[in-house]
Amino acid sequence: MALLNELAKKKEGLVSGHRLCPGCTHSVIMRQVFAAADTDKYDIVVAAATGCFEVCSGLYPYTSWNVPWIHSAFENAASTISGIEAMYRVWKRKGRTNKDIRFIAVASDGGTYDIGLQALSGAIERGHQFLYICNDNNAYQNTGNQRSSATPFGGWTTTSPSGKVKFGKEQPKKDIMSIVEGHHLPYAAQASPSNWRDLMNKVKKALDINGPTYLNVIEPCTTGWGFPPNMAIEIAQLAVDTCVWPLYEVINGKVVINYKPKKKLPVTEYLKPQKRFAHLFKKGNEYLIEEFQRQVDAHWEWLLKREECGIEYGVTKEE
Amino acid sequence: MGKKVALTGNEAAAHAIRQINPDVIAAFPITPSTPIPQAVAQFIADGEMDTELVTVESEHSAMSACIGAAAAGGRVMTATSANGYALMWEMLYIASGMRLPIVMAVVARALSSPLNIHGDHSDIMGGRDTGWIQLISENSQEAYDNLIQAVKIAENKDVMTPALVAQDGFNTSHTIEIWELEDDQKVKEFIGEYEPLYPMLNTDEPVTHGAWAPPNWYFEHKMNQLRGLLNAKDVVEKVGKEFGDAFGRYYGLYEAYKLDDAEYVIVAAGSVCGTTKDVVDGLRENGVKAGLLKVRLFRPFPYKELAETLQSAKAIAVLDRVSPAGAQGGPLFTEIRSALYDTPSRAPVINYTYGLGGRDTQPRHISSVFETLKRIVETGKVEKQFDCLNLRGEWR
Repeated sequence: MALLNELAKKKEGLVSGHRLCPGCTHSVIMRQVFAAADTDKYDIVVAAATGCFEVCSGLYPYTSWNVPWIHSAFENAASTISGIEAMYRVWKRKGRTNKDIRFIAVASDGGTYDIGLQALSGAIERGHQFLYICNDNNAYQNTGNQRSSATPFGGWTTTSPSGKVKFGKEQPKKDIMSIVEGHHLPYAAQASPSNWRDLMNKVKKALDINGPTYLNVIEPCTTGWGFPPNMAIEIAQLAVDTCVWPLYEVINGKVVINYKPKKKLPVTEYLKPQKRFAHLFKKGNEYLIEEFQRQVDAHWEWLLKREECGIEYGVTKEE
Repeated sequence: MGKKVALTGNEAAAHAIRQINPDVIAAFPITPSTPIPQAVAQFIADGEMDTELVTVESEHSAMSACIGAAAAGGRVMTATSANGYALMWEMLYIASGMRLPIVMAVVARALSSPLNIHGDHSDIMGGRDTGWIQLISENSQEAYDNLIQAVKIAENKDVMTPALVAQDGFNTSHTIEIWELEDDQKVKEFIGEYEPLYPMLNTDEPVTHGAWAPPNWYFEHKMNQLRGLLNAKDVVEKVGKEFGDAFGRYYGLYEAYKLDDAEYVIVAAGSVCGTTKDVVDGLRENGVKAGLLKVRLFRPFPYKELAETLQSAKAIAVLDRVSPAGAQGGPLFTEIRSALYDTPSRAPVINYTYGLGGRDTQPRHISSVFETLKRIVETGKVEKQFDCLNLRGEWR
């Protein structure tokens, strides 16, 4: 990877002047993505789903994007990029361009885990050349923090509030990585802006693959999750160190865990600084934190075992 | 003159698409338009066209991929019907709002429920305000001719608006008719090359497509969009004439069939116009001054021109192939009646719903409409402003 001072000189794909909240990690993640992209070799074209990032970076008559960028609706970043990539193949074939272009679709969890899941599945299955980045902020943050299937167990949102008889979201978070993986695509990974070098490696790797790739990135949301704006990266780091957000890759079906905390922190370290989990710490709710810990442990153990197996999809032992 | 062929309406649309040879098609199967993408896939497989066919997982994704492809820069087409068109709804508005000249073949069909796969205009009439140009075809020849013209109309720099070309499900799409297939090269020359205005794939000049517009800009965007749509009217006439010069079949905004001195007039769109023409011919032989106004361009609605052609009428019946759904009448009826309000004519205008879900409309049904019009003129009384053709039992 390039040195930091070289990266700092790189032309930015996303420039300042956007309207994201102070402490929002959308722009942090996207700048890491552009820093990772080998833009001497190829150009980037982006399709975005409706959401915080879109409304804050593409408000007429302004734009924060220094690369070709399109937004059309909430649930269709993957199908929109499919059309663009199909047209690119035509341009290449007919000699209308000699450029090497790589395609990125950006959405959040609402546009990926929920309303955009069908379009994502279709686009991966068809095998378009694109990197799909899901900035997972655990809820519909653009409309003011409503629960999505990516909202964690026990999480408070405006549509899964805690109250006298309810404790927040009752269901565990959807395992989107397993769903994506079920398409047997060449590359899927989970990353965090706190571990930027790891995130950048993954972006670079994904963009070098001529096929569909997927990156699930934790996107701490200061307003929705309830933590001070200066803590976003710290929250992301805590998610990684508690194994709430494991950093791993699925390369042709083979699981590679990129970071194993020397000391796996208890989930309370992650939950405590966030207002959305405050009710879990009330007397009598200890069982909810235990259940949260149980879910995190179960998933982590499952990942460790899968890594240990070391099985690659479609590869027999003889090879 | 083209080569005479005996093929279905779907095959007519498929041949038009083959000759247009768009850069990208994104499509999803739905009855009765499925044979279009099927035929296109076969043309591609046989090397007769080299379009990138994106076989999407839904109509919503079909239109989304079309939008992406058109913004990327190139000619884009698709085909759909009924529920598929309804699933595209959100994206239809976005395609027109983004001024992307996508051309779509719609094989018009009933909407659920109850589930029904047969022809009517519920889909296209429901989508009449999505900002698309709407051309309605009477038969296979028109389905073919209109698609070719639609490319030129939509891509006109003063228009830059998506266009749909409708034909009637089964009545046209699955019926073999004799029509003229033009020479591939001649069609290619007629539509010409398309130069996209702001292609995303030109990465040297990055453009933002689909920015959102707050209250201080949205209104201007929508009115600029409307200007483009309204500009289509003159372009439709111009391209219709050019098409006639090239292929011998001239098109206008509408077809006035024996309308010059007509006293009893039916206004309709689509395949029912063929049946109506036969009935008009019969009545004319008996000295009855019957006529037909066939609406070809429904959006933008050429209200002035249509009202002008109806000035000799003493009584008018408008046929809608869709339920009025709580309005005073069907969409064609309300627009025609409204258009007449600004003209001297005070001829009574009545409305029929016909052909829902593929219900047959036969010459005797059309004859009954003319009989009613005659009675209205003779008695000066309108008994029913709204009625149904070939409905089991009496309406009300």
